[in-house]
Amino acid sequence: MFDLDKWSEILSTIRKHKLRTALTAFGVFWGIFMLIVLLGSGKGFENGVVNGFDIARNAVFLWSQRTSEPYMGLKPGRFIRFTTDDEKAIRENVPEVDVVAPRNSLEGTFSVVRGTKNASFQVFGDYPDFFRVKPMSMVAGRFINDIDIKERRKVAIIGTEVQKTLFKDDENPIGEYIKIKGIAFKVVGIFKTAGRGEDIRQDAQTIFLPHAAMIQAFNQGNRIYWFAFTPKEGVPAKVIEDKIKVLLAQRHKVAPNDLKAFGSANVEEEFKRVQGLFLGIAGFSWLVSIGTIIAGIVGVSNIMLIIVKERTKEIGIRKALGATPFSIISLIIQESIVITSFAGYIGLLCGIGLMEFIGYMMRKYEVQMDFFAPPEVNLTVAVSAVIFLVFTGALAGLVPAAKAASVNPVVALKDE
Amino acid sequence: MVVLQNIHKYYEVGANKLHVLKGLDMTIEQGELVSIMGSSGSGKSTLLNILGILDDYDSGTYLLNNTPMKQLSQTKAAYYRNQFIGFVFQSFNLLSFKNAMENVALPLYYQKVPRKQRNKIALEYLDRVGLKEWAEHSPNEMSGGQRQRVAIARALISKPKVILADEPTGALDTKTSEEVMEIFKEVNREEGITVIIVTHENDVAKQTQRIIKLKDGNIIS
Repeated sequence: MFDLDKWSEILSTIRKHKLRTALTAFGVFWGIFMLIVLLGSGKGFENGVVNGFDIARNAVFLWSQRTSEPYMGLKPGRFIRFTTDDEKAIRENVPEVDVVAPRNSLEGTFSVVRGTKNASFQVFGDYPDFFRVKPMSMVAGRFINDIDIKERRKVAIIGTEVQKTLFKDDENPIGEYIKIKGIAFKVVGIFKTAGRGEDIRQDAQTIFLPHAAMIQAFNQGNRIYWFAFTPKEGVPAKVIEDKIKVLLAQRHKVAPNDLKAFGSANVEEEFKRVQGLFLGIAGFSWLVSIGTIIAGIVGVSNIMLIIVKERTKEIGIRKALGATPFSIISLIIQESIVITSFAGYIGLLCGIGLMEFIGYMMRKYEVQMDFFAPPEVNLTVAVSAVIFLVFTGALAGLVPAAKAASVNPVVALKDE
Repeated sequence: MVVLQNIHKYYEVGANKLHVLKGLDMTIEQGELVSIMGSSGSGKSTLLNILGILDDYDSGTYLLNNTPMKQLSQTKAAYYRNQFIGFVFQSFNLLSFKNAMENVALPLYYQKVPRKQRNKIALEYLDRVGLKEWAEHSPNEMSGGQRQRVAIARALISKPKVILADEPTGALDTKTSEEVMEIFKEVNREEGITVIIVTHENDVAKQTQRIIKLKDGNIIS
């Protein structure tokens, strides 16, 4: 199938009709180029948004609100308070749950003081497990550990902005004390999160205290403000979200149909929605590109038909000299494949080149956008696009080739 | 070598059937040099197309080299054309984007002879028709006589049983016509290849051993 004669013939016909071939090839080129650019930017967009998820992708947050239905003789409008007993009950009755991280925060206006410097930050009381809900990296020191909880140690883990505000550049905050609402906490760690934009600024101005120390130091009793959960591996977050709500409703005498008593946020569901969106975008990109490619293919097919018509005499001569229908068909199809593959390949290279260039520039100048990461070209997509091209090239050549094979040498060789 | 028995051929023209060949009987032995004459519309082109397996016939028997040629598949017909028949046309029918040597070598390409070998053989045949120096030239750079000689070399290269020439001198002047006829005669004499020439020129026909005259789809002599 691949011999020099066919190649030289294909090249000679292409060379004879440079402009026509180029215009035809452009259709295919553009289709593939669009496909790569659309999918690449879609992926960049997706990565941008996904990277913005700075919490575990299966995390569930649950907080209490006011009841809206009367139940068991209780009036609506009652505020539900979670306690440490709820935490124990959840651990005992919902085996699918992996992390149970009760969380408290410090309310009101207050400032955090160190020596002469002071500023206001947000302060949370947390368990060591919270580290698994919100991925963060330690710049120095450590996060809250079990002994902190057990011994209610007054220690603090601070964000980078807290460090910058309260400490001089050359000071090591670890081991130093800061005062929160007049109570001294020893800094044992500095953390950094992976979020973007506003999130990361807020995180940097955050201080984490051991949960036990916080409720004791600030008289929060046995209250828990809200919970963070993650399910065990393989369990959908929705399952634990629902189970825990049912359990807490029973414990707090909340009507089973009361939707307002508990508030929750399910990151997994949110993430799924976002992923669905990107699936839709990718599907749309494919649709548009395949449409363009098909238009290109029709163009190639059209041109090949004209070429066959022009070469009727030549095909007649070949047939008279003993060319089989198969050899004629393979000649035309091969030519069609060459044009489509070549054009498509150039489109592929240009598309990938553009994506890489944008990515390179974004990385070089450290462009940070909330919803756009450097674009990415999926190798599988590129390879399947190439296979698709060869296939469509053959398809485009099919009709013209059949026409070529049916050339009647008697008619073709008639002297005009 | 060529045996036709009661060959009928119709063409459909609209609703009517045109009876072009009306029961031809003809035998051409191996090594004969024959000419077929007839005015236009006598059916000589149709006959040539049937002889060249380019066209099928409606009834009768056609034996070429003792093989019946009837209702062949396109692939089979291509095979027999390649093996048994060498064509020479009035308008030469060379491929303009190939040089003389490549044109001559083309039938061997369809016999799957490797490129180097078939070009070597093509050079030998070009030498036989006196055009070895012109091997690298494109047909456009050659005169009519030269082109027809290239075409003859192309017809000969597959060592055919029969050479079918359709008005081979029609586009040539008297002198080159003679040269071309000399080649046909030489090929016929030295290699015993059957040569069938369709012509309307008496000068050409006279140089052949036998003249078959066609009129209105019948052989009249």
